Amino acid sequence: MPVPESIVGRVYPPTEPYLVSREKIREFADAINDSNACYRSPEAARALGHPDVVAPPTFPIVLTIPAGHQLIFDPEVDIDYGRVVHGEQRFEHARPVHAGDRLQVVVAVDGVRVAAGNELITTRSEVRTTEDELVVTAFATIVVRGPEK
Amino acid sequence: MIKVGDELPAQDFPVTRADLVRYAGASGDFNPIHWNERFAKSVGLPDVIAHGMFTMATAIRVVTDWIGDPGAVVEYGVRFTRPVVVPYPGEAVITVSGTVRDVRADGLAEVDLTATVDGQTVLAKAKAVVRPPI
Repeated sequence: MPVPESIVGRVYPPTEPYLVSREKIREFADAINDSNACYRSPEAARALGHPDVVAPPTFPIVLTIPAGHQLIFDPEVDIDYGRVVHGEQRFEHARPVHAGDRLQVVVAVDGVRVAAGNELITTRSEVRTTEDELVVTAFATIVVRGPEK
Repeated sequence: MIKVGDELPAQDFPVTRADLVRYAGASGDFNPIHWNERFAKSVGLPDVIAHGMFTMATAIRVVTDWIGDPGAVVEYGVRFTRPVVVPYPGEAVITVSGTVRDVRADGLAEVDLTATVDGQTVLAKAKAVVRPPI
């Protein structure tokens, strides 16, 4: 079933505040096999001018993927999750994410199109502190693969 | 001083199924195409594939290892062109290199990244914008 174009422009409600912890940043850094000290040591991060341990550039995906599930599991959209693959991803960092940040995500649907038999949904996720400071904007293209030929 | 044409040290990053399971746990992306071979094949994939975001996180290490401060990455984007198939037993090896394409008037450097597995490109339009150290 095609993804309805009527979802373009849809903006989902802000996610519940997420408190970024040193432990979660370290766990994520371990999972990408990255030994950079800034991800683990507050002293190493402060030496570079950060207020606390800094998160890897792609860490915001920890927040934006669950936020994007509002779209993927939206009953009006009816996407087959098993056919979903990631097409494109881009992060624009207003500043790095740090331990201690309390972040919320607002997901907006920017576009829906069909290319080579697949459906492409583009989303824009704004990640802000609970004080409404923009930290990072994540742009994603979600591909819903069409039937095998 | 960063100059146009500077080459970032290339690196090889091995990936195993265990890495994907750990990344699933850390990222919260439990799509079974990243850990269940039978499921992956049932939806038309050749085998289990790496999370695109795992490959993306791996590729930027060439930049963050070079610049030192991960907070210097102000923008980073990729297109996922080919799945990274991760066999079991065994591993896939992602080879990443980077080149400074531009140093902009605002002082930020644009780095083009290439990521390949077995000589085949897995990321396209992979670009990072980096604030050089003062």
